[in-house]
Amino acid sequence: MHVAARPIAAAHDESKMPYFVVWGVLLVLTAVEVVLAYEQVFTPLHMLEVLMALSLVKSALIIGYFMHLKFEIARMKWIMMVALVACLTLMFIFFADAYRIVNLGVR
Amino acid sequence: MADAVVQHGVSGVYEPSLFGTYSKKIGMWLFLLSDSLTFGALLFAYSYGRISTPNWPTPFGKESIANATIMTACLLSSSLTMVLGVLAAKRGDRKGTARWILATMFFGAVFVVLHAREWNNLIHEGLTPFNNPWAANVPQFGGTFFTLTGMHMLHVTIGVIYLGVVALRKKFLPILLVLWALGFFLTPAGSVFHYGVHVILLAFVVCALVLFLHPKDYDDHDVEIAGLYWHFVDLVWMFIFPLVYLMSTKIV
Repeated sequence: MHVAARPIAAAHDESKMPYFVVWGVLLVLTAVEVVLAYEQVFTPLHMLEVLMALSLVKSALIIGYFMHLKFEIARMKWIMMVALVACLTLMFIFFADAYRIVNLGVR
Repeated sequence: MADAVVQHGVSGVYEPSLFGTYSKKIGMWLFLLSDSLTFGALLFAYSYGRISTPNWPTPFGKESIANATIMTACLLSSSLTMVLGVLAAKRGDRKGTARWILATMFFGAVFVVLHAREWNNLIHEGLTPFNNPWAANVPQFGGTFFTLTGMHMLHVTIGVIYLGVVALRKKFLPILLVLWALGFFLTPAGSVFHYGVHVILLAFVVCALVLFLHPKDYDDHDVEIAGLYWHFVDLVWMFIFPLVYLMSTKIV
């Protein structure tokens, strides 16, 4: 099998610097979120979108660097992330219903 | 014994891993995937209520937000110290590993204490899982809030204990008992944490069973897996913080 030749636990240069940078970026993004929420820059629905977008960036940084997924093999990355996103997305199919109750009235 | 026999990465007897890594790590990833669905459902329930209820309470004032921001910074910093611990473990630096893991546990413990203080304030204002002092017809605020943050707090607590076992092994058992006694005797009898602290006693029993029935020296793989769990706890908070706190700020 062609997989056999691949060394397990790919070795790569372990410098500490990238982790400090990621930590700094995460702290800055958190500060941005707090300021946005406090100044109420956007209407609630837009605020939700912006905050979730920032949270997705933060979680990508955490999963990629801290949880080391960036350095795993492609098969691991894709199977894990596709499974996760697909399952979570299925949950959100029902989300439109929450909006219906407020805006369209209950029938 | 299985740990000693199966040598991952050595070609020969066993077929190589499909995911290019050792099986314990894949096991932890699979657990984390299922756990993220648990949290996904709780976050979904909270957000659904938040959107479908016009008079959803916004009780989090300046102090609460500042508190939650410090908690976020604690968790982020604990993730950094955890990464440094994993790097130290890979270098074979045992003292460094233990030191970084203890730093991670410190930040985690600070997080739990700050969160508990926050809970106490809300409970004093009259919030319970079934009662909401700010809008009586929205009782689901307390229910979803306490379930979501309580589940997360439980995960952080378990994470701190997990790291303690990996870093200190049997030496951690007496520390757990002291923590339980301190928690039990220092919280007032009516407080939810007076009973909640028994989680630590339960953890003591589980940890003692694991440490005595399967004594082993935790290696860099075990540290890395504990790290995966810890980062996941941090990751979940990155969604709870904006959804629960920032979307319900009380602007005076």
